[in-house]
Amino acid sequence: MELVVALAIGVLFSVGVYLVLSKSLLRILLGTNLITHGVHLLLLTMSGLKTGAPPLLGEKAEAYADPLPQALILTSIVISFGVTAFFIVLAYRTYRSTGTDDVEGTKEERQ
Amino acid sequence: MNNLLVLPLLIPAFTAVILIFLKERVDLQRMISAVSVFLNIMVAGIIVYQVSTKGIQTLNMGGWLPPYGIVFVADMFAALLVLIGAIVGAACLFFSFASIGEERERFYYYPFFHFLLTGVFGSFLTGDLFNLFVCFEVLLVASYALIVLGGTKGQLRETLKYVLVNVISSSLFVATLAYLYAATGTLNMAHLSVRVAEAGQGGVINVVAVLLLIVFSIKAGLLLFFWLPDSYSAPPVAVRALFGALLTKVGLYAITRTFTLIFIQEPGLTHSLIAWMAGATMILGAIGALAYNDLGRIFNYNIIISVGFIAFGISVATQDSLNGVVFYLMHDMVAKALLFFLGGMIISASGTDRLKEMGGLIRRYPWTGWMFFVLTLALVGVPPLSGFAGKVMMVRSGFGQNHVALALIALASSFIVLYSLIKVFQQVFWGGEKREEQVKPLHYKAMMAPAAVLFAIVILMGVGAETVNGYVSQAGAVLADPALYINAVMKE
Repeated sequence: MELVVALAIGVLFSVGVYLVLSKSLLRILLGTNLITHGVHLLLLTMSGLKTGAPPLLGEKAEAYADPLPQALILTSIVISFGVTAFFIVLAYRTYRSTGTDDVEGTKEERQ
Repeated sequence: MNNLLVLPLLIPAFTAVILIFLKERVDLQRMISAVSVFLNIMVAGIIVYQVSTKGIQTLNMGGWLPPYGIVFVADMFAALLVLIGAIVGAACLFFSFASIGEERERFYYYPFFHFLLTGVFGSFLTGDLFNLFVCFEVLLVASYALIVLGGTKGQLRETLKYVLVNVISSSLFVATLAYLYAATGTLNMAHLSVRVAEAGQGGVINVVAVLLLIVFSIKAGLLLFFWLPDSYSAPPVAVRALFGALLTKVGLYAITRTFTLIFIQEPGLTHSLIAWMAGATMILGAIGALAYNDLGRIFNYNIIISVGFIAFGISVATQDSLNGVVFYLMHDMVAKALLFFLGGMIISASGTDRLKEMGGLIRRYPWTGWMFFVLTLALVGVPPLSGFAGKVMMVRSGFGQNHVALALIALASSFIVLYSLIKVFQQVFWGGEKREEQVKPLHYKAMMAPAAVLFAIVILMGVGAETVNGYVSQAGAVLADPALYINAVMKE
């Protein structure tokens, strides 16, 4: 199972990097999104994937999942949600003020 | 347990939330902000006092004992940086009163300002690597907003780049933390230090160390500073001063913390990598400082040079050089804020930021001129001023530890700083005025006041270096001996 998820993470990262390297703002934005998804999956995978055990440690628990990665992912998802929202608004404002979503197009008036 | 440690985080956070509801009441916003920053200075002063008398202070959040909960740790290094950060923050706030303009004040400038301080102080105080990431994000999101506030085309363009660079580096940060947690099973810094020492710093840990170094270097502008000169040129001067004084220093703080506490087993790999990066940063920063003719760029490249200089101190990693790092970091936070204040006054007094179009300002603004001159000497490290002690300690131990080439580069970079800033001084203050129309800054006295306070600190830190050194060597002692930090955090 870990291997499959690891491959998925790899795919997410490479597609994300490919998109970030393109010129269109929207693609860059989606690229960063995919990269953060990859990171979150990585966080989930890092303590080993288990099935059938809640992250609760009772007195007689025989199996339990590590709760920490889940807490970390939750935090990380909330943060990336906020940043993505900001990024989208920023990209939209740039599009409105330059009339293009090509990053080269924003460069024109540099001295 | 010391509950005081959470206050430097809570005070600006609460202030920011309150200010959001006072959007239209600019005068009230200013008043509350001023009270808040003074409270912060007081709290930070008390923390420094407690650490100096009672040793390292810790706070276990929610009563969870480390390594399970999030722990806040104030050793002398963190406490001093919080204090200086609070003072510089206050100065930037008062400079904003005079220079930022009502438009921005109405559109949540002060809330963002306080959120930025929240993130900065949180990064200094936290003892947990994931919590450090969260604090980084708090200060980064606030800084995105501060850069773009105003919404001109140039600002939008630079913010896009800045956000993209930081989103990528933050993703890398979390991925690195994932690997680190998989390899060691903990994210508490003190516990990490123990685990890494037990397991030995093998392949995976080395990869993690280098990845973390890359992440922090992007934030600090150590070698990976390609984004810095442009992004820092976009916002108004008060924001630039805040960024130049605090943001890069947070990155440097993180590098210092991780590479004096956690990844200390393989200095041949990690610390020599830092040394190479420091040397390259100083050289490239020097080239940049000489190449440009507008004030903003010259100052930005001066930030980069000093980042390289401090990283050089970190890579030498003796107690003496770490003392130097702490001392110079404090000096640089104050001096860089002052440099941008004076630069802001110059730009608004002459109505341009191109050196060639300036001149003769010494007649109208003698105080600004002489302050700039003395500040230049302080940044170069001329003895009775604040830059001297830190530079001496770092360069001396650089020569002592066979980092001769690097120490020479560091010394040479000081001369470049001298040359580039004296060039600015000559062009701006000497000669006759070259522009016809006179643009008088609106609030010259209000701008002068915070600058004068920082100027006094630059001089006092230099003249009273012996007193300051008492605190600084306490900070350096903890950095040089991780056991002190670990015992303070992991005590039952």
